[in-house]
Amino acid sequence: MNPAGDAALVASLFAVDPAGSGGVCLRSLVHPARDQWLRLLRDLLPADAPMRRIPFNIPDGRLLGGLDLTATIKSNRPVAERGVLAAADRGVVVISMAERLTPHTAACINSALDVGEVTLPREGVYIQSSARVGIVALDEGMSDEESVPTSLLDRLAFLLDFNAFSTKALITPEHYGEDILAARGVLPRVRTDPQILAAICGTALALGAGSPRVSLLALRVARAAAALDGRVDLREEDAVLAARLVLAPRATMAPPTQQESPPDGGSSNVADQPTSDQSGRAPDPPPELNSDNSREPAEGQRQDLDNIVLAATQASIPSGLLARLRAVETSRSRRSSGAGRAGALRNSRSRGRPCGVRSGSPRGHERLNVMETLRAAAPWQKLRGRSTQQDSRIVISADDFRVTRYRQRAHTLTIFAVDASGSSALHRLAEAKGAVELLLADCYIRRDQVAVIAFRGRAAEVLLPPTRSLVRAKRSLAELAGGGGTPLAAAIEIAAQLADQSRRRGETPTIVMLTDGRANVARDGTGGREAAQVQALRAAAAVGNSRFASLFVDTSPRPNALGRDLALAMNAQYIPLPLADARALSEMVKSTAAAGGHSAR
Amino acid sequence: MQGVGAKARRLSRAEPSMHSVSRPVFPFSAIVAQDEMKLALISSAVDPSIGGVLVFGDRGTGKSTAVRALAALLPPMRAVVGCRYLCDPSTEETLCEECSQRAAGGPLKSRLVPVPVVDMPLGVTEDRVVGALDLERALSQGIKAFEPGLLARANRGFLYIDEVNLLEDHLVDLLIDVAASGENLVEREGLSVRHPSRFVLIGSGNPEEGELRPQLLDRFGLSVEVKTPVELAERVEVIKRRDQFERDKSAFVAQWKKRDDDLRRRIVAGRKRLAQIDMADSVLESAAKLCMQLGTDGLRAELTLIRAARALASFEQADTVAVSHLRRVAPSALRHRLRRDPLDESGSSARVARAVHEAFGP
Repeated sequence: MNPAGDAALVASLFAVDPAGSGGVCLRSLVHPARDQWLRLLRDLLPADAPMRRIPFNIPDGRLLGGLDLTATIKSNRPVAERGVLAAADRGVVVISMAERLTPHTAACINSALDVGEVTLPREGVYIQSSARVGIVALDEGMSDEESVPTSLLDRLAFLLDFNAFSTKALITPEHYGEDILAARGVLPRVRTDPQILAAICGTALALGAGSPRVSLLALRVARAAAALDGRVDLREEDAVLAARLVLAPRATMAPPTQQESPPDGGSSNVADQPTSDQSGRAPDPPPELNSDNSREPAEGQRQDLDNIVLAATQASIPSGLLARLRAVETSRSRRSSGAGRAGALRNSRSRGRPCGVRSGSPRGHERLNVMETLRAAAPWQKLRGRSTQQDSRIVISADDFRVTRYRQRAHTLTIFAVDASGSSALHRLAEAKGAVELLLADCYIRRDQVAVIAFRGRAAEVLLPPTRSLVRAKRSLAELAGGGGTPLAAAIEIAAQLADQSRRRGETPTIVMLTDGRANVARDGTGGREAAQVQALRAAAAVGNSRFASLFVDTSPRPNALGRDLALAMNAQYIPLPLADARALSEMVKSTAAAGGHSAR
Repeated sequence: MQGVGAKARRLSRAEPSMHSVSRPVFPFSAIVAQDEMKLALISSAVDPSIGGVLVFGDRGTGKSTAVRALAALLPPMRAVVGCRYLCDPSTEETLCEECSQRAAGGPLKSRLVPVPVVDMPLGVTEDRVVGALDLERALSQGIKAFEPGLLARANRGFLYIDEVNLLEDHLVDLLIDVAASGENLVEREGLSVRHPSRFVLIGSGNPEEGELRPQLLDRFGLSVEVKTPVELAERVEVIKRRDQFERDKSAFVAQWKKRDDDLRRRIVAGRKRLAQIDMADSVLESAAKLCMQLGTDGLRAELTLIRAARALASFEQADTVAVSHLRRVAPSALRHRLRRDPLDESGSSARVARAVHEAFGP
């Protein structure tokens, strides 16, 4: 995210070329500065350019267009109604609470952004209208888990973060409406310089910043910057600016140049003075940075340019970003766990959030959607014999019935695999049992299912198949005795099987392993530490590949490499028990399950 | 023939989604790298019976661009004049009811039409996919008439679904059924219509956003994975061409026209030669061996593998299908048909590569 100081400049650049730059993702809670920024944008856009605001849960019919019910009944012919995207052609669409956009709605917006028009056969009418819009996505997400769908982010050039903005800060406009109009006139004539293009692409690669599409957005922003300056030639400063605004916030790796000034130092300066009024204009790249390249400038000029852009960009990578990268990586890998965000929602007949309608008569718990039913019936009225205007009854047949479909979050199943072997029992079995009991209580409140697998001696067994019964779960745990070998591989496999079955039922499974990781019984029941370890690692890797949300609690007295390796292979969160008492452990499991559930949203 | 005018009018109303007509499209030959994807799309154009292509991969890698470009590349085909389903006058068994009635009365008139490439957008409603009562006529004249939907328009052409993994479940069900039977049955609003709907299904999507139902996965003949280019030169070229295209579309299209024309000629030639391509028993055996080794379910995998290899050989003007052709199409033909093996940590592409290596040597 860009420091807020760039806000005014971003508004200007965006206003010059809304459709070309795709849009702005504005991460901010409701905030005066946010409203101020939106007002600024409104002022900068030409007076006739529409600016429409839509909620995140806008139905497809409003977004893309559809049958206009009133007009259709009145005129006895199908009348199409334009959707918001088409109505905002050559303007801007502002999406509130964009972090809650469904992948489906995001995909509809994406396709309009990609082709610049809406072409849809819907509800008996054919809608085709140009929709060259720029998007402002208002992201009110509080954590990294909540964010605008990545497919949409990939199409928005600017990422702004206002959360660090002080409330007293004012956004000082850098340009006025007439500047923007003039720049719009110049923009089509701005030439693309191959060296600038190469510099932008090189920087994007060095920073690991986004897909090729993002590089293209950066190029367009650079052109807009040149146009804003009244120039038709692209210059280095344009590339630097574009890289700073578009590429830097998406950096996923540290650039390979020597880090003279650590990113924290460089950027916190900017972040600390968001009020500075000349905030936006790119500070010239610090000279000591571009003269001090670790790579030889072998290719001469182009390489130089690359490095200048890169160095300038690096200075504006927001503070803590590199540190946060790992967090993002893990959250991303966890996000892709399960069947993805789209998969773990379950269609439900009667509960959950409404998500569209389907035809069919209401049975059982299904509810008739009166509005949609009327809409379906409207076009046929003449055909069905409602000939006169006086006859005000509407003829509805069974075909017209529409019922609302609902979606609800899938149930979660938490699978506990408890190591009851001799080595474990000595240390921590009681503590582990305590933690599981706390969790059970928690699961009971949330109506989650739990399953318990115990392993000791020669084999692992499902002590308790998935159930909601707290009593049974408690009893099965209480009866669990310790002692014997550690058939870890078998336990992991059984856990994976249970998780797989549960996923097939459309639930979201979470695996919690409580063990010291010292496998010493192989899958065929024979002893042998080495073979057992290898098998356990392989089984763990299989869990990792299936991307189940999982947690590995190391119950050994001293955390060791064995447990950590297994956790790594499982792609699980690793928690050494010595750090956690029973209650802390239960907190941990809750957060993993929540993350798994959330990512599966 | 008095109805033809009205039909033509209605068809023209439906025309806009055929991109090639309405606005310049990024030329197929100008797509940088992504050879596997291009080859798969070309193969499916050479032999539509391969059964569609699934393009899965990173964002912003030109998935949609390639599919839309394919539309502009395809040579026109012959269709019965006035037929809403663009029936092929040369084959009797695939004619729609109307055309077969007319065919009994004498030879059918035909004309050249562009191969339809129909976009199925996510927000589409069910009635528009399968077809429904013609609203305009129902309202204005009170006549009950069938208005074909996307499945009718895609007959003999391509049906393209972007973000196929996000498609609503009830639409997926429809597709699975029609894609298998080649026929669309409409029973709604008092209409009872059946019409041919044979299309090449092309889907694209980003696996991070959701997975595909196995049944639908199986309907795709080939599946390819696309990755973001990591070479600087390649990426610069991608952006450069895209930028040139955006700045002056028609000039850019003209610049690549020769190569596109050339490619089109090779596809047409490939189609003509397809029936004459020989396939030695040893090659068939190799294909069978490969499929057995990978443990793919059923015969579909083998059939697709063979068809794709033949299409490739034909496109490349070889006389016989060689093992080298098999090797090249094996990843895309088999990748999505492997059973998930939880004990194998490598991805399905790597598993196919390993099996190919074992079956055919290095």
